[in-house]
Amino acid sequence: MTPTEDATYVFPHRHLLGLKDYSAEDILHVLDQTDNFLEILNRPIPKIPTLRDKTIVNLFYENSTRTRISFEMAQKRMGADVVNFSSSASSVSKGESLKDTIRNIESMKIDMVVVRHPSPGAPHFISRCVDAAILNAGDGAHEHPTQALLDMFSMRQKIGRLAGLKVVIIGDITHSRVVRSNIIGLTRVGAEVMLCGPRTMMPLFVEDLGVRVSYNLEECLEWCDVAMALRIQLERQEGALFPSTREYHERFGIKKRHLRDFPNFTIMHPGPINRGVELESEVADHPRAIILNQVTNGLAVRMAALYLLSGGKRG
Amino acid sequence: MAQTLLTAEELDRTYMRLAHQFVEPFDRLDTLAIIGMQTRGVDIARRIHAIIKERFSVDLPLGVLDTTFYRDDFRTRMKMPAVQVTDIPFDLFGKDLVLVDDVLYTGRTVRSAMDALMSFGRPASVRFCCMVDRGHRELPVAADYVGMYVPTHLKEEIRVLTQEQDGRQAVLVVTKEEEPRL
Repeated sequence: MTPTEDATYVFPHRHLLGLKDYSAEDILHVLDQTDNFLEILNRPIPKIPTLRDKTIVNLFYENSTRTRISFEMAQKRMGADVVNFSSSASSVSKGESLKDTIRNIESMKIDMVVVRHPSPGAPHFISRCVDAAILNAGDGAHEHPTQALLDMFSMRQKIGRLAGLKVVIIGDITHSRVVRSNIIGLTRVGAEVMLCGPRTMMPLFVEDLGVRVSYNLEECLEWCDVAMALRIQLERQEGALFPSTREYHERFGIKKRHLRDFPNFTIMHPGPINRGVELESEVADHPRAIILNQVTNGLAVRMAALYLLSGGKRG
Repeated sequence: MAQTLLTAEELDRTYMRLAHQFVEPFDRLDTLAIIGMQTRGVDIARRIHAIIKERFSVDLPLGVLDTTFYRDDFRTRMKMPAVQVTDIPFDLFGKDLVLVDDVLYTGRTVRSAMDALMSFGRPASVRFCCMVDRGHRELPVAADYVGMYVPTHLKEEIRVLTQEQDGRQAVLVVTKEEEPRL
């Protein structure tokens, strides 16, 4: 029985700070609910009035295009009032502290805050300062829970199950918040995770999270059901963690010949893709890649999360 | 105390009557379609749909509607209700719809259902069928087809049991204080 079918199950959370706080049941409940939000997106009029009494602030201290657009579209599809805040065009550049900023915004009677911040733990800090429901849209290299939820939803949609699923995540493990949330979520619902990437991008003791590590891409692709390539964050590569993007592609990029040699695995990527680095261009456009489904599912997952967290005390 | 208002045999006859009432206004059945409202309205709609199929040899379009998103009362409860499946696998345009629910009470669910339907298209007409009309309306709505009218007290609760949900069919009235035995 899934949590959604269990009438005694109550979704226990006020915030989505990270998947660390979510049990397998909670995660599966969000994914089950997502199915119903996906259906809304296919209606002739894909808009519902569910959050029309809510005001949501998107607080982005870091650049983001797709996550912010995805959240904003989810909010608008559900009829919420949306205010966007980006640090570059605000009082942050005048030296205001995070706490003062958020307290000021809260004084304008808001119900929910979606926050992205370069410092790990910033959403947790905000959740202690204000009364609104907080959704973490990425905090430093810590967590990015909605991305992991949409990844898990996409895997389940494509393959039909999560328990026992073999997932390899390839790339810059050290700097990726997507990896951390995915490891927590996937292992919690019973999937197996393997990490693959250059040693310079592999944190020490990462096996303690219950995952395996390999430095051989072919070995991983042979083993896995799903291969998730991470974006090499060229803008963050100050310390030369690998000699060149060409060499990275040679060792860790998924290429056309891999699709032929290993006929079963599904290709995922959180975007934006560096074509010819993580994925060969033909691989990114191949029918076995579900990268654009991930984007659509991201919208539905965020709608489900906003819905579930909008309950409880009246804002 | 749970009191039986309709037994399984009586319900069989009621289902039969409702099925005939659904088709009665139509010379041709090509625009008629049925939509059941989650959860028990779906079972009732399926049952009526099956009878029409058997008696009139026509397989009417059948949809399922969840109105959670359109409700005006869900924020007055603490728990966010779990959203259920909505599945309307046909084009509503030009259809003569019958919405089916188990109990008509305040009328708020029907209002939310009409809101929800309009985001799927523009039906030619919408009728409403409920198994039990228990009174106490808070909005100006009325049912076109009614299984039975039951004048009730506010502390009473009407339960329409279906084979699919409860393993047997019946209509019960329960007084709210006690834990209802199904």
